[in-house]
Amino acid sequence: MAVALSLIDLQKSFGRTPIIRGVSLDVDARERHAIIGPNGAGKSTLFHLISGRLKPTSGEVRLNGDRIDGLPPYAIYRRGLARSFQITNIFPKMSVYENLRCATLWSLGHKYAFWTPLDRLGDVREQAEWLMERIGLSARRDVPAGVLTYAEQRALEIGVTIGGGADVVMLDEPTAGMNAGESKQAVDLIRQVTEGKTLIMVEHDMDVVFNLADRISVLVYGRIIATDTPARIRENKDVREAYLGQASQ
Amino acid sequence: MRSAWPWLALAALFAVAPHVFSSGSSLTMMSVMGEMIIFALSFNMLLGQTGLLSFGHAVYFGLGGFVAIHAMNALIHAKTGAPVVIVPLIGGAAGLMFGILFGWISTKRAGLVFSMISLGLGELVSSSSYILRSFFGGEEGITTNRTKMAPFLGHKFGPQIEVYYLVAVWCFICIAAMYALTRTPFGRMCNAVRENGERVEYVGYSAQTIRFIAFAISTFFAGIAGGLTAINFEIMNSQQLGAQQSSLVLLMSYIGGIGYFAGPIVGAIIVTFLQITLSDVTNAWQLYFGLLFIGFVMFAPGGVAGWLMLHREAMLKQQLWRLAPAYATVAPALAASFVGAVMLIELAERQLALARSEGSVMRLFGFEVDASSAGPWAMALVLICVGVAATRLVWPKVTDAWGAVHVALRARKEAWPSPSR
Repeated sequence: MAVALSLIDLQKSFGRTPIIRGVSLDVDARERHAIIGPNGAGKSTLFHLISGRLKPTSGEVRLNGDRIDGLPPYAIYRRGLARSFQITNIFPKMSVYENLRCATLWSLGHKYAFWTPLDRLGDVREQAEWLMERIGLSARRDVPAGVLTYAEQRALEIGVTIGGGADVVMLDEPTAGMNAGESKQAVDLIRQVTEGKTLIMVEHDMDVVFNLADRISVLVYGRIIATDTPARIRENKDVREAYLGQASQ
Repeated sequence: MRSAWPWLALAALFAVAPHVFSSGSSLTMMSVMGEMIIFALSFNMLLGQTGLLSFGHAVYFGLGGFVAIHAMNALIHAKTGAPVVIVPLIGGAAGLMFGILFGWISTKRAGLVFSMISLGLGELVSSSSYILRSFFGGEEGITTNRTKMAPFLGHKFGPQIEVYYLVAVWCFICIAAMYALTRTPFGRMCNAVRENGERVEYVGYSAQTIRFIAFAISTFFAGIAGGLTAINFEIMNSQQLGAQQSSLVLLMSYIGGIGYFAGPIVGAIIVTFLQITLSDVTNAWQLYFGLLFIGFVMFAPGGVAGWLMLHREAMLKQQLWRLAPAYATVAPALAASFVGAVMLIELAERQLALARSEGSVMRLFGFEVDASSAGPWAMALVLICVGVAATRLVWPKVTDAWGAVHVALRARKEAWPSPSR
């Protein structure tokens, strides 16, 4: 199977403090891959390194074989990798519909066009309405994103992330702070919208992880201590010691 | 075609205005208003639309004007057939050129860094304008004579009314163009940069590129405004590109309301009117401007447009009558504090600035008073104290009235659900 994303001995230090201490990982195309680990393990930092928010100290990030480490976020996005954020990161005063339109413009090739009326772009409208339907916010079309409920904002966050049709989707704790019912809905949504795509997600909720992931990587203090199927990760002694045991306290 | 009506109304207003206000001074004032509308809208393309606060926007207005005035003199000298109507475009091109040059540096970062660089560049250009005398003309500035340009359709633009219509046509075109721009993919992404510059980069856009393009376009329109000013006054001097002009455009946009496209238009009209009329009435007019600005920042951050929009829904739903009694109660109290404050400022101005040379007797609201006697001062203080106390006392009525309006609006909404758009 083709490798969608590969990390080769990736390292990141802040000053003298190493946060990511040599991570190597291959994520296959169309795989759903979860990254778990205790707080402070460096999961979010790893996401930032892949998506271009941070530049690695050393090592490589390859997307479909091409190096993307050191590129700015928008260049990485244009190569087909989109990400969401742990803390909701949308356009708060814009409506749901406007948020989704913004998320589709680049991928539909409209770029910096300052000569075509936005409302006449049928492709943008269709794509935004299709997205709105999928994330279940059609009834909230004209509501400013900042006043949506928390679960709705998280859904919009996912909608904005997948809006451009990226092949590799990275979700940073998509169900954080949700109750059981909301969380279950979010899992269904994620499963739906990442059909046929490569998904990499950071998640704390073990039910979500074991439910959704094809493979799991366990990150502890900047290193991956195991990458395997959910069943085998559950059995893994090191993982139980380092992480799952801690979680069951 | 419903959306065409506001534009037809605007065009009609522009066409009719000089027949209603036909005196020479009002024609000049309305010409300045047109120039300032373009300038303020170009400024708000940065502040309101893209979230970039520039402290040096007059640089592009002024440089556009200076290049335009030199171009006029060169075109006259070379006896080309170029009419004066194309001169604003030269100003725009000059603004754009300097905008690309300076914007390339200043838009690398957003927020405070952008503001500080714009301030620095503003000071740089403004101080060099006093050194490069051949281009900026030193204290006297550079003059021209627009009537020496080739006529356009038989018009030589000597009379002010012809200049007014020239400004009005350009103003209309610029308003329409800048409005259209807000409704394009680029315009929407400018808003996205304002809202959340970081996330923009994760939907494929370079926030820096958006800032740069927005800056360049806004300097183009600022240059057009400068070019029109050069035509109108037939003179440009260093003040036109200085810090005072830069803060004036901020004042206009903010007082009008930066959150609305039409805000800066309203602000440009109000501030230009006050600037010209107030300076005839009082020497302390700049102080009033400062107080007006502080007042808006503190009590009406949405500007005049924001205040009007607040009342629009209430008016459409016929709820305005609920507010009227409360406003009627609070109005005399506000008026008393206002009159007291104006008296205080005028008395102080007289006593501190003019009393020694022209005596302390002055006219205040039509009455002859002596600024060195205690009477008028005491009256001013009493008016302020009573006015402020009364305002605070009756203000809850306004709050309650608004509460009632909100309740009524919500009740109507529930009774007749508004059709989804």
